[in-house]
Amino acid sequence: MKIEISRGKVHNEFAQKVEEISGQNLFACYQCGNCTAGCPVSFAMDLGPHQVIRYSLLGLEEEVLECNTFWMCASCLQCTSRCPKGLDIARIMEAIRLVILRKKERLDRLEVADLSEDFLERVPQIALISGFRKFTS
Amino acid sequence: MGKVGVVLCPCELEGGSSFDPEVLVEGLKGRKDVLPLIHHQPVCSESGVEAIRAFMEGNGLDRGVMACSKPELFGPTFKKALRQWGLNPSLSEVLGIRPIAEGKRTDDLQEALHVIEEGIGEIQRRKPAKGPKTPFIKRAMVIGGGITGITASIDLGNGGYEVLLVDRLPSIGGRMLQLSETFPTLDCAQCTLTPKTVETGQNPHIRLITYAEVESVSGGAGDFAVRIRRKAAYVDWEKCTGCGLCQEKCPSKVPSEFERGIGPGKAIYTLSPQAVPNKPVINPEVCRYFTEGKCRVCEKVCPTDAIDYAQEDTFIEERVGAIIVATGFDLYRKEEIGEYGYGDVPDVIDGLAFERLNSASGPTAGEIRRPSDGRVPKEVVFIQCVASRDPERYMPYCSRACCMYTAKHARLYKHKVHDGRAYIFYMDIRSMGKGYEEFIQQGMEEGILYLKGRVSRLFRDNDHVVVWGVDTLTGKKVEIAADMVVLATAMIPSRGAKELAEKLHIGTDEYGFLTEAQWKLYPVESGVEGIYLAGCAQGPKDIADTVAQGNAAASKVQVLFAQHRNSSLLRSDS
Amino acid sequence: MEFLYFPGCTLYTKAQNLDEAGRACAKALGFELKELSNWTCCGATFPLAKDNIMALAPPARILARAKEEGSALTTLCSVCFNVIKRTNELIKGDEEKREKINTFIEMDYQGDVQVIHYLEILKREVGFDTIKGALKRDLQEMRVAPFYGCMLLRPSEEMEFDDKEAPTIFEEFLGAINCEPVDFPYKIECCGAFQSVGAPEVATECAYAILNSAIRNGAEAVTTTCPLCQFNIDNMQREIRQKYNGFPGIPIIYFTQLLGLALGLPVEKLEFHRNDVDPRPLLEKRGLL
Ligand SMILES: Cc1cc2nc3c(=O)[nH]c(=O)nc-3n(C[C@H](O)[C@H](O)[C@H](O)COP(=O)(O)OP(=O)(O)OC[C@H]3O[C@@H](n4cnc5c(N)ncnc54)[C@H](O)[C@@H]3O)c2cc1C
Ligand code: SF4
Ligand code: SF4
Ligand code: SF4
Ligand code: SF4
Ligand code: SF4
Ligand code: SF4
Repeated sequence: MKIEISRGKVHNEFAQKVEEISGQNLFACYQCGNCTAGCPVSFAMDLGPHQVIRYSLLGLEEEVLECNTFWMCASCLQCTSRCPKGLDIARIMEAIRLVILRKKERLDRLEVADLSEDFLERVPQIALISGFRKFTS
Repeated sequence: MGKVGVVLCPCELEGGSSFDPEVLVEGLKGRKDVLPLIHHQPVCSESGVEAIRAFMEGNGLDRGVMACSKPELFGPTFKKALRQWGLNPSLSEVLGIRPIAEGKRTDDLQEALHVIEEGIGEIQRRKPAKGPKTPFIKRAMVIGGGITGITASIDLGNGGYEVLLVDRLPSIGGRMLQLSETFPTLDCAQCTLTPKTVETGQNPHIRLITYAEVESVSGGAGDFAVRIRRKAAYVDWEKCTGCGLCQEKCPSKVPSEFERGIGPGKAIYTLSPQAVPNKPVINPEVCRYFTEGKCRVCEKVCPTDAIDYAQEDTFIEERVGAIIVATGFDLYRKEEIGEYGYGDVPDVIDGLAFERLNSASGPTAGEIRRPSDGRVPKEVVFIQCVASRDPERYMPYCSRACCMYTAKHARLYKHKVHDGRAYIFYMDIRSMGKGYEEFIQQGMEEGILYLKGRVSRLFRDNDHVVVWGVDTLTGKKVEIAADMVVLATAMIPSRGAKELAEKLHIGTDEYGFLTEAQWKLYPVESGVEGIYLAGCAQGPKDIADTVAQGNAAASKVQVLFAQHRNSSLLRSDS
Repeated sequence: MEFLYFPGCTLYTKAQNLDEAGRACAKALGFELKELSNWTCCGATFPLAKDNIMALAPPARILARAKEEGSALTTLCSVCFNVIKRTNELIKGDEEKREKINTFIEMDYQGDVQVIHYLEILKREVGFDTIKGALKRDLQEMRVAPFYGCMLLRPSEEMEFDDKEAPTIFEEFLGAINCEPVDFPYKIECCGAFQSVGAPEVATECAYAILNSAIRNGAEAVTTTCPLCQFNIDNMQREIRQKYNGFPGIPIIYFTQLLGLALGLPVEKLEFHRNDVDPRPLLEKRGLL
């Protein structure tokens, strides 16, 4: 329940990497929570998108990378379309996914083996292709 | 041709760079008719003023130009100083030039020199204006009869000056006429306002010109010629006694703008039973006689034969020495907010509608009943900062009064519906006035549930309004099936403010609020001498601040009038 | 009227019902869909990382090839439409990225192909009134809920498709073919998209919320433009039924199938057997088969 923050921690390398990949300024977020309020999958998230932004800005890399928020994000752009500060939250979620997926040790979220044969039979290309693009490096 | 003294104010010109204003002086050298001075003390300091005087007098200069990057700040002091030494005010000018930036020094310098040269040329060509031909008219026009305009008019009237108070609605009072009770004291708005409107109506120096708008303005301080269009009321106000019979009998019921669409109004109406003046007007857009050609009920019932369907707009031409603009505000239309259903979701109302709901004179006689089915709402969600503080989609600024009035609404609701729950979604609570923070805390203790976060979407589900918000303190998305939702929408300038400002040659900001000469030190001055601004026309604020500005503007006018001995009190009967 | 047509991979396989009906309706309405002679998958997601130029190559190549064969490119699938249109906007507006992409795909494309969705063709080029005049079957005000999903609408500044909060083009379309459009709040929400592979239980919840809302508002069927939405709210009803006892189920019908039906096309052409929740009982009940 306690964090220590300092010059070195706040907006650290991790936060900057997220900013660089997403092209968004984390400092611009004023934590209104509108993104979380309208997110259709927030019910399944450990942290709301607004919290992920906050944690990232504070430099809490571990906590961010451990939560499932960005894996749950469906890139629906509802948050992006309503952010009063014009942040593209969907891009921030993508950036965090990529921070993990671009690590040396391949940390793919999804493997074909995870999917049952029955499911593979049913599922259309479009779902597979987009899923694998989001969840694998 | 006179010799021009050019005063350069270096500190403001440097723009943070190491610019040496001597270069500007270099550029002006070689002109016999010009003498430059780099002025190293702030103009507003006593020693600064003294130095300029020594320079002007010592060199026999009779025309003065000042170049600085904040003309609105230093200009008035400079012009005033020159006037005090007997220089004809028309022979001084203050030029605004941009700071000289490090990177673009040569460009900026050229541009600055160009502006100064032009200014010198202009001032040399000028003939000294003779003293005002006509006496300075000590009589004012106040545009907008809200609490601001009323306050200013009463001050001026009590000071002995004649005032024309122009409002485009049939009666004065402005938005405050719609309010039920007011923060931070929760006293009845009408009980506070009515004595003021009545006083305004009775003040012998104040002439009410309501249901009227300013058509054109020309001239300057001391003698503005104004033309006012008085809209046809279709009622002869000279004959009308305000008995109210016509309104009672008029068969045409329409949603009323004054009631914010949640209550009916008549085609012939006054704004309130205590309206000042208490004379009705007919809205031809909804009147059955005007739209369908038959009815004339009001004409039949009127005991004084005051109804006149043939009335036309009339024009009033007047001369005044000063003008105060107090045209107030509108609310951002909820019909323009897509994520809250474009105004189509029943039982989603704005703050002013809630005031009407809570008003004894409103459509429910002060009972909190929701518009769709008249039920008493038990789950009520209030949303703050709607279309405010939203640079991406709506207005970037804070509307200043809505934190307070939302707390007020929630408290008033709780006082009337004891078993109801009031939720307030907020981003921050801004309660800077005297007694305001205490007011908020009291509300919390009375059981208002504050939820810190925005509401992303509202929609109808059966007979509920589903609210998708967030409580950022727990981090959770929040869903509430509400019975009614009240939106604290942004204050925006009243419709037509920009056009009016253009007629007056005064400035507006990008949203249409009137711009003051300088926010910190000249808050009620416009850029034009003799024209002042006050109240929400200048920017969102609450009644206390609005009244302070009304007082300030009136006192500025009195100062202006006091400076002119050669003058006339010109009365309309003269 | 001729439009280049990009079917996309799913329309060749699982979504033949969307594709076949779309082609047949075009013919019936007198506009030509000329399939791009050489196309690849668009990638199925618009890359959201600013530095991911590579993922822009496939849609850019599709656009560049389209430029060689015509001037307006249409799709049926909303995802393809989203990916291709956003790529086109990016190429149009961002010179630096444009050059990078062109170097990458070794083609020279400036963003000047018009990307238009099939629904937009119906509204703007054919006209809903023309469609009204061409109806051969009466759909008898069947109550259909139009599901827009995300991809047609957002980001609205780039898609410029319809009002992002309260779109109406789909309702207008349904009105034109004599269906009664059912307004329901979830019409602009997300079906779960690719989460059907990543987190199927999440996608199931999304789909359930959407269908529940449509049913509560009186819909007999839901219509979509997108094979991904279709999968999530049609095929995944299996998962919904497993989780929510008593979920009644509701047929999901592609808009082109409804249009084909209204235009009187032979029912076999519309491939209703490919829809997972069989719409035929509903259509039969209304005497439409
Ligand atoms: C819902 C709500 C609740 C509020 N509650 C409180 C409260 O409890 N306490 C508090 O301190 N403040 C409250 N306020 C703020 C308060 O209403 C304003 O501070 C105050 O009304 C501003 O007065 P005004 O005279 O500047 O403007 P207005 O009241 O808007 O008056 C402007 C007048 O100018 C007229 N006018 C406009 N344009 C023209 C024109 N072109 N020509 C002629 N006439 C024109 C209008 O008809 C109107 O009569 C509340 C505001 C809202 C929205
Ligand atoms: S909506 Fe925008 S400003 Fe608000 S919390 Fe989310 S990212 Fe921050
Ligand atoms: S883009 Fe992701 S985070 Fe944003 S609303 Fe959609 S699912 Fe939620
Ligand atoms: S004439 Fe018009 S204003 Fe008069 S009573 Fe009839 S409807 Fe009302
Ligand atoms: S009935 Fe006649 S006198 Fe009475 S308020 Fe109406 S217009 Fe005036
Ligand atoms: S006054 Fe309060 S509610 Fe109004 S805009 Fe400012 S912060 Fe928001
Ligand atoms: S979105 Fe589709 S179906 Fe469409 S082309 Fe791309 S992956 Fe294939």
